[in-house]
Amino acid sequence: MSESKRTPRDRDELAIAEQVLEVASAAASGADIEVAADRTRLALSRFANSGIHQNVADDTLTVRVRLHAAGRTASGSSTLTNTDGLRALVERSVQAVGVAPVDPGWPGLAPVSPAPDVAPVDVAAGDATPGDRAERIRAFVDAAGGLETAGYCRTSHWTGAFVNSAGQSIRGESAEVGMDGIARLAGTDGVARKASSRLADIDGGVLGARAAAKAHAAADPVELPPGRYEVVLEPTAVSDVLQNLAVYGFNGKMVADGRSFAEVGADQLDPSVTLVDDAPGVGSSHDLDGTPRQRLVLVDRGTTVAVAYDRRTAAEAGAESTGHATGMTSWGAFAAHLGLKPAAGTGHEDFAAEVDGPVAEAATAALVANVERGVLVTDLWYTRVLDTKSLAITGLTRNGVWLIEDGEVTQPLSNFRFTQSYRDALAPGAVLGIGGVAEPQPDSWVSARWTAPALHLASWNFTGGASG
Amino acid sequence: MSEFETAEAAVQAALDAGASYADARMMHRRYESMTARNGEIEDLSQDEDLGIGVRALVGSGWGFYAAPDLSDAAARNVGEQAAQIAHASARVAARQTELMPGEVASGSWSSDCQSDPLGISLADKGNLLAGATGTMREHGADIAEGLYQIWDTRKWFVSSEGHRIDQHIRECGAGISSTVIGDGETQRRSYPAARGQYGTRGWELVDELDLPGNAARVAEEARALLAAPQCPAGETTLILGAEQLALQIHESVGHAIELDRILGWEAAFAGTSWLDLAQLGSLQFGSELMNITIDPTIPGALGSFGFDDEGTMAARRDAVRDGRWVGVLAGRDSASVAGLEYAGSVRADGWSRLPMVRMTNVGLEPGPHTLDEIIAATDDGIFMETNRSWSIDDRRLNFQFGCEVGYEVKHGKLGQLLRNPTYTGIGPQFWRSMDMLSSDIVAWGTPNCGKGQPGQIGHTGHPSAPARFTDVRVGVRA
Repeated sequence: MSESKRTPRDRDELAIAEQVLEVASAAASGADIEVAADRTRLALSRFANSGIHQNVADDTLTVRVRLHAAGRTASGSSTLTNTDGLRALVERSVQAVGVAPVDPGWPGLAPVSPAPDVAPVDVAAGDATPGDRAERIRAFVDAAGGLETAGYCRTSHWTGAFVNSAGQSIRGESAEVGMDGIARLAGTDGVARKASSRLADIDGGVLGARAAAKAHAAADPVELPPGRYEVVLEPTAVSDVLQNLAVYGFNGKMVADGRSFAEVGADQLDPSVTLVDDAPGVGSSHDLDGTPRQRLVLVDRGTTVAVAYDRRTAAEAGAESTGHATGMTSWGAFAAHLGLKPAAGTGHEDFAAEVDGPVAEAATAALVANVERGVLVTDLWYTRVLDTKSLAITGLTRNGVWLIEDGEVTQPLSNFRFTQSYRDALAPGAVLGIGGVAEPQPDSWVSARWTAPALHLASWNFTGGASG
Repeated sequence: MSEFETAEAAVQAALDAGASYADARMMHRRYESMTARNGEIEDLSQDEDLGIGVRALVGSGWGFYAAPDLSDAAARNVGEQAAQIAHASARVAARQTELMPGEVASGSWSSDCQSDPLGISLADKGNLLAGATGTMREHGADIAEGLYQIWDTRKWFVSSEGHRIDQHIRECGAGISSTVIGDGETQRRSYPAARGQYGTRGWELVDELDLPGNAARVAEEARALLAAPQCPAGETTLILGAEQLALQIHESVGHAIELDRILGWEAAFAGTSWLDLAQLGSLQFGSELMNITIDPTIPGALGSFGFDDEGTMAARRDAVRDGRWVGVLAGRDSASVAGLEYAGSVRADGWSRLPMVRMTNVGLEPGPHTLDEIIAATDDGIFMETNRSWSIDDRRLNFQFGCEVGYEVKHGKLGQLLRNPTYTGIGPQFWRSMDMLSSDIVAWGTPNCGKGQPGQIGHTGHPSAPARFTDVRVGVRA
C-alpha cells in the first residue's frame, strides 16, 4: 500500500501571490496591497487506549489579501485558489475596502527586507507518512510496558510566500514534528513530549519509557495541604509560563494599553532570567505583515529590553516592528517561539540524559537536589489569567506532582489548584535555579515553539487540592 | 458535478480503496468579523473556504483526509488518501470500531434568519461598533472594544450507507467591553457577555442586543470597579447570573457528559471525565432543581442544527433529570462502544477537520423562581455575573471561575460592588447545593469551545438562568 505523498501543484506559492498582487493592483490602483499564499500539509495520528483512534491529514492552500485605500482597510482569505476563486477574493476585498469604515491606524506596508537564513528543511519531516507516525506510536506504546497510553504524533510542512505593492517579496519553508503522550496507571498519568524540525529526533520509545517511568512513580498519591511551597517546575510546566509571559506580558499591544506589567528598561525579573524569541525554521519565516522573523531578546538577565510588535502596534508605540504579527489584531503581537535561556556551567548543557523515576532528566534532577522541602511539578494545566497586569493566573497541576524532601523525591502527591502571579514567581530573588538543558516543547498551535529548561522557584501559591 | 456528486465520488473512491464505510462532507463557509477600539475600526476580515473531507473506516481504524480541490479527480484522491491513512491506523490497532445503526437520512435544513447578516452594509455594522466603543470611551473606558462575527455555512453530507443531506446555517453575534487600568491591576465590564452573545440567527440578534444603549453603563461600571473593595474570602451563599452559569454548565456538565471523554479518547489532551458509565441512570449529579437537556432543535440557539455531521437527525434528549445523570453526548462509534442507542452530537469545525463529539445546546430547564425572589430570600451572600476567567481540571471536577463583577447580598438586598470576585468548587458538590433557580431562561452562545487535535473550535449553546448555590468558597486570589 502506498503512503500519502505530496500533491504536486502547477504553481508555487510565490507565483500565486504575485498573480493575485497583479490582479489586485489592476483592480485597486494606488492602494496598499498585501498578498500571502500559504500551503500547509498537516497530519496528526492520535492514539488512546493504546491504539490509533483518529488519524487525519489535510493539504490546504490559503491565499490572504489585505488592501488599504482612501484611508480604509479590508482583508480577506480564501481556499478557492483557482483563477475564478482568486479573482473573486480580490473583487470582494476591493468592494469591502470601498465601504469599510475609516482606519486611521493603518501603519503602511512592510519595506523590502530579505528572508532570514535558516537551515534546509528536513525532507523526512516534510514528507512524513502515516506509517512514519504509526511507527513512533508503536514504539511509544511498546515502551510503556503494558500501561495504557494516549497521545499524538504530528508532522507538518509549510511553504509560503508574501508580496506587497511596496516591492517586498519573501518566501519560506519549514517542517515540524511533535510527539506528546501519556502512560496511565491506576488513575495517575506520566507524560513525555518533544518537538523538533527533524523526524529522526523523535523517538517514540524514549518518550514512552519516560512517560511510563513517571506514571509508576506517581502511583498512590497523597494530599498535601494547600499553601505556598518551593517548587521545581519541569520543562513541560515551564512552557506554560513562557506562553503566558509571551501572550500577556511582552506583547506590544498589551504594553501600550497598560494591561501588561512589562516595562522596557526596568529590572523586572530575577537576574538569572533571560528570555529570547528565536526558533529558526519553526513556523513561518515571516509574519503576517511580511516582516521577516528575527531573533529578539525580550529579557536580558532580568531586565526587560524589548517587547514584540507588529507594524500596527509598533506604529502606535513609535517603534519598529519586530516581525510578530499574528493575524489576530485584537490579540496584538506576541513572541510565539519564546525560550528561557538555560543555566551555563551545570554540566548538563549538551544533552538531556534520561534518569529513572519521576524526574525526567539529569538537569532537572540537579535542581531537585537543592530543595530542602518543596514540590516537583510536571505540567501546568488549563491556566487562565485573572488579571493581565499582575499576570495572576489560576490553573491545575497535571501528569505528576511529587513532594521533595532533603533533595530527594519522596512521595507522589495529588493534583493541586494554584492561583499565582507568574510575574511574581520570576521576580528578582524568586528564582533559585535554572536547569542546564532547554527542551523544545510542542504546542497545540503548530507554528509555536516553547523552549524551556526546568525552573527552581522560591514560592508557588497552591490554593487548593484538585479533589476539593 | 453537483456538490452531492463530488461527495459521492469521494466516498466511492474510499470504498474502492478498501474502506468498509466512508462519509464525505463538502462545506462552503463565509466568515466576516469586525473589531473596533476606542471609537475606530481596528480590523475587518472576510474569509471564505470551500473543501471536502472524507472519513474512512478500514478494519478497526479511521482515516480522514481533506483538501480544497473539488474536481472529480481531486475528490477521488481525497477518498483514496482517507482509506490509506485508515490502513496505517491498523499498525497500532484500537478496539474494533462499529457504528451504531441509525436511520439513513436524506433532507435539507436551514436555520431561521430574518435579516441576512452578510447583507447588512459594512458601513452600518462599522458605525454600530465605532459608536458603541466611542461612547464607552467617553464614559471612562481606557480601552473600549467591540466585536461582531458572522458565519454563513453550507454543507453537503453523503455516506456509503446512503445519507444525502444539505444544510445552510447562519450564525452571528456581537459584544462590547470596557477595560480600565488601575494601579497594578485592570478591571473590565462587558455586555452582553464576556465574548458577546451568539446564535443561529440573523442580524436581528445583534439589533436586539442594543449595544449603543448599554455602552455608557458598561464603561461606568468598569470604572467603579477600580474603587470597589475586594471580594471577601470564605464560604458563602453564591448567586450567579445566567451568563456565568451558562459557562459553568458548559465546563462542568457539558464537557463531563461527552462520551469520547468518558471512554478515554481525549485522555492525553482535553482529559477524561469523572463520570462512570456504570452510574448512568443512577448517579445524583445535582439537586432536584437540576434538569439539563441536550437539545439541538432550539430555534436560534448557537448549537442548533438539522442533522449532525454524521447524518443523525437533531433530537432533544435529557442529560440530567431531577438531578440524576441520565444522558450523554455521543456519536455513532462511541455509542456503539458504550452500548447506547443514540448519537447525534458529532460535529466538525470545517471541512478539513474530523467530526468528533461536541456539545450542541446543553442547558437548564426553567426553575420556579425569579432573580428578585432569589435575592430577597438570601440573608447573606454574594451575587456574581459575567465571566472573566475559567479553569477546570482534566476530569471536569475542580473548577475556579472569576467574574467581572460581584455585589454583596445582605438581608435580601443587593449591597456594595465587589471587585475580583472568584469562586471555586467541585462539580457535583456545587450542583447538589443549587437550591433556587430562576425561570428566566436565555440560550447563551459560546463560539469558542476548543477541543481536539488538531484543534477545533466549536459553537455551543447553553440555556441558563440565575441560580443560587450554598456554602461555596469565594475570594480565591494570588
